[in-house]
Amino acid sequence: MADAKVIPFDDDRSRAGAVQRPQRRRSGGSRRKNGEPALVREVQPLPGRDFAQDDVPVTREEQEPERPQNEGGEVGESGQGGLERRIAHGLSFLRRRLTGDYEVDDFGYDEELTDEVLMPALRPLYEKYFRVEVKGIENIPADGGALIVANHSGTIPLDGVMMQIAVHDNHPASRHLRLLAADLVFMLPVANELARKAGHTLACAEDAERLLGRGELVGVMPEGFKGIGKPFSERYKLQRFGRGGFVSTALRKGVPIIPCSIVGAEEIYPMIGNSKTLARILGFPYFPITPTFPWLGPLGAIPLPTKWTIQFGEPIPTDGYPPEAAEDPMLMFNLTDQVREQIQHTLYKLLVQRRSVFF
Amino acid sequence: MLVTGVARQLGGRFVRRIQRDPEVDRVIAVDAVPPGHHLGGAEFIQADIRQPTIARVLAESGADTVVHMDVTGTALGSGSRTTVKETNVIGTMQLLGACQKSPVVKRLVVKSSTNVYGSAPRDPAVFTETTPPKSLPSGGFAKDTVEVEGYVRGFARRRPDVAVCVLRFANILGPTADSPLASYFSLPVLPTVFGYDPRLQFVHEDDVIEVLRIASHDPERGTLNSGTFNIAGDGVLLLSQCSRRLGRPTVPLLLPAVTWAGSLVRTLGMTDFSPEQIRLLTHGRVVSTVQMRETLGYQPKYTTAETFADFARSQGPGLLPPEALAGAVDRIAALSRPDSGHPPTPSAN
Repeated sequence: MADAKVIPFDDDRSRAGAVQRPQRRRSGGSRRKNGEPALVREVQPLPGRDFAQDDVPVTREEQEPERPQNEGGEVGESGQGGLERRIAHGLSFLRRRLTGDYEVDDFGYDEELTDEVLMPALRPLYEKYFRVEVKGIENIPADGGALIVANHSGTIPLDGVMMQIAVHDNHPASRHLRLLAADLVFMLPVANELARKAGHTLACAEDAERLLGRGELVGVMPEGFKGIGKPFSERYKLQRFGRGGFVSTALRKGVPIIPCSIVGAEEIYPMIGNSKTLARILGFPYFPITPTFPWLGPLGAIPLPTKWTIQFGEPIPTDGYPPEAAEDPMLMFNLTDQVREQIQHTLYKLLVQRRSVFF
Repeated sequence: MLVTGVARQLGGRFVRRIQRDPEVDRVIAVDAVPPGHHLGGAEFIQADIRQPTIARVLAESGADTVVHMDVTGTALGSGSRTTVKETNVIGTMQLLGACQKSPVVKRLVVKSSTNVYGSAPRDPAVFTETTPPKSLPSGGFAKDTVEVEGYVRGFARRRPDVAVCVLRFANILGPTADSPLASYFSLPVLPTVFGYDPRLQFVHEDDVIEVLRIASHDPERGTLNSGTFNIAGDGVLLLSQCSRRLGRPTVPLLLPAVTWAGSLVRTLGMTDFSPEQIRLLTHGRVVSTVQMRETLGYQPKYTTAETFADFARSQGPGLLPPEALAGAVDRIAALSRPDSGHPPTPSAN
């Protein structure tokens, strides 16, 4: 087995379970600060493969499709004790899942599933494929409600999911981001189920206020379909920010607004056309045509491996305003513009700094 | 006190319980059919609330409190959907008309349901009492309750001297519950809608009886028992969790197939698997119970999960009992242990 190669890694592991993930994460390609990324990257796949072999019979027997993903995402473990612990952990997880003995909140958010399955499944995409670089994580408060407002792009809302992982993996308190999603997400089968379990909810003032009132970190992309479905030629040009509902929500709850700029998502699916007829037939707000999609079929749906940067900006406080401020349209438009300007400005700055789309 | 809908289990239990309260002198139990269970010495009057005779019954009894529990989703015995709808809507109208004429009625309690909110993907995740439904229920029991509540609001406007309390109960479960959802959960294999995992909330029968009691007496100090209240246990269960805790496997079907199968089963008259039931099992529904706690001053004894556990105990073991699955996992854990000699892990407990 791969024991010998991973001995330095195991040192970190044995201290505490909670330290495991940050350690491994830092070793990923996205974080260059780590001294020895080469060694670790080389080693990671091996124990993962070992592990999969070990566990295949278990998986078959229990018919639990989530398990291989889980273990696949938790690679980077090794040593007899570590393996042992991981199996025990995996089995107790499996036991809880099979007997339904886990908790979900009012929104259907399944924290355990998100931590153990959904995030690890998407983490390779985050670490290896898009190599997301995160800046300004210190702008997100350690506790209490805050509203993160980001630009939206990329035809498929991958940017939201990546932002969720970015916050969770980089924030010292490992905060969970609760995203507000369009109603289309909750109409589609499978998508709605996964979105609810990952902690997303419908983008409406009631849900946003309820989450912020509970001190949650809420993420919103006010451009909506206008942003995500805009043609490639308009990349990094912020669209209109809805009616500024997010500002009045933040004002009502007195939580800071954190502008967030995401660079890289625009180029994953360069949308050169939009088939309005097909969109109308399928009931979607747009139907993207890219150089590869739908020409290459499912192959064309593979996003381009762009290099991403997510920058969280300076928080804009909203607690200094009187309670009736949420009703003041002038103030709302001013604040909306301020947030929009700040995101746009940061976008341009990041674009200037970027060496290439892919590196 | 006059109670309608006593031929049902819940109505019968409420009548038996309420007679033990010292404030209650006399209980008149009304239903169109004689109850199969005893009413603990309450006076039973066989009267159809769809007929104007209910006005005479109310006037003669001189009741000062009316508890209207005859708003139900399923027919008792062999009634058709039309009969149920008539009892729900026309019955409520007649009863409200009778209350309006009676000078002594001081308090009206109506058993409603959280069905009034409907169930749609565009709805906020949590309904409060004031949330307007995005898509009104188009038929069935849900529409009945919406109409019933409309008439009750009209009555409250016309008789401001009467304290009106509308209780919107979440899905009622318990050892003796006979709701459509209870019969759904007793199927050996649960058909579900593919790609949807609805959030469900339950309220225990015991809590239902207690809330009805609180609502039918004078309010305690610092609480108010007139108005509209959501009544549900704490917490949420997903349908997948419910099926696993019951030990009943699920069969995911595509939404059109479920709708079609539902209408087929309904036509054959096997069960009342109504369209709004399918909507509930597709999109789910969660209500806020802040008003119940803070205004009505009631803390439910059972959470949603405890209610469901109590219900699951009353059901026989399913095809995949959770204990057996847990045992299987434990055996695998035990198998994986000896080769390293490590102490037992938490998974084994």
